[in-house]
Amino acid sequence: MSKNAKIAVLGDPDSIMIFKALGFHTIYVKQMDEINHAIHKLAGEDYAIIFITENVAALAKDTIDIYKTVPFPAIIPIPSRFGSEGFGMQGVKDNIEKAVGADIL
Amino acid sequence: MAIRVNPTRMELTRLKKRLKTASRGHKLLKDKRDEMVRRFMGFIRRNKELREEIDEKLTMAMGRFSLAEAQMGADAVLEALLCPARDAKITIGKQNIMNIDVPTLHYEEEGQKTDLPYGFAFSSGELDQAVLDVAELMPLLIELAQVEKTCNMLADEIEKTRRRVNALEHVMIPEMIESIKYITMKLEDNERGNITRLMKVKEMMVDN
Repeated sequence: MSKNAKIAVLGDPDSIMIFKALGFHTIYVKQMDEINHAIHKLAGEDYAIIFITENVAALAKDTIDIYKTVPFPAIIPIPSRFGSEGFGMQGVKDNIEKAVGADIL
Repeated sequence: MAIRVNPTRMELTRLKKRLKTASRGHKLLKDKRDEMVRRFMGFIRRNKELREEIDEKLTMAMGRFSLAEAQMGADAVLEALLCPARDAKITIGKQNIMNIDVPTLHYEEEGQKTDLPYGFAFSSGELDQAVLDVAELMPLLIELAQVEKTCNMLADEIEKTRRRVNALEHVMIPEMIESIKYITMKLEDNERGNITRLMKVKEMMVDN
């Protein structure tokens, strides 16, 4: 099974405008309900990856967790233009702890 | 823990069968867990590397972009990026890792890497560089998405399997062993009671 899918980016305009140049679908969000709404809407369409800037992702952690264990979409935190706040790395660490029981990396 | 089983031979046979199945299941699940953890470690290492690289490079590209925006003005940048030169399309598929369906993502490059979606006249060099930088990061971003998703799903499955293993090892199997012991002892006791009774009856018959 293979088919085509699209990529979306969520975040503040200044951070993600550049992804427009690559043909990603960019959605500017700020408020929590906007983010949740956008994620649910994108998940319903054929978006395989949703990149989300860390500052925005931190607001919608619960919604992101819903989609964590289903194959699509993959919601991936990326740093915003202010740099990484460690939210993405925290996700990696959480996974390790969940799987192994201790942070071993 | 109170044992509520009928001390019968049938029950004993049934329990012994169940114990056998449970031990087998326990061993299999344990193997599954170990193999999943082994696979997971490979993925999570890659995930960490990718994330570190992307965190660093993307922040740099975004910083450059901010600079371009400052030079050109926000409206000009918006205008330049209004029509994307390419369409980001990826091919998705499924891969089976230890009986979990994880997504695979493939990105096909369309057009040249150097394709800029705007003319050179009104844009600054910083913007060009920023766009090229991000374009270069594209395969990494896709790989990160795939690896991170795989890690998420594997971690979840590992946790589930570990719980099952623990439940079998520490609850189900000891309970069954105890029940079997209880039934065996009860049956033996009945047998002894029976023998005593027979001896008593024989004695009475002899006395008569």
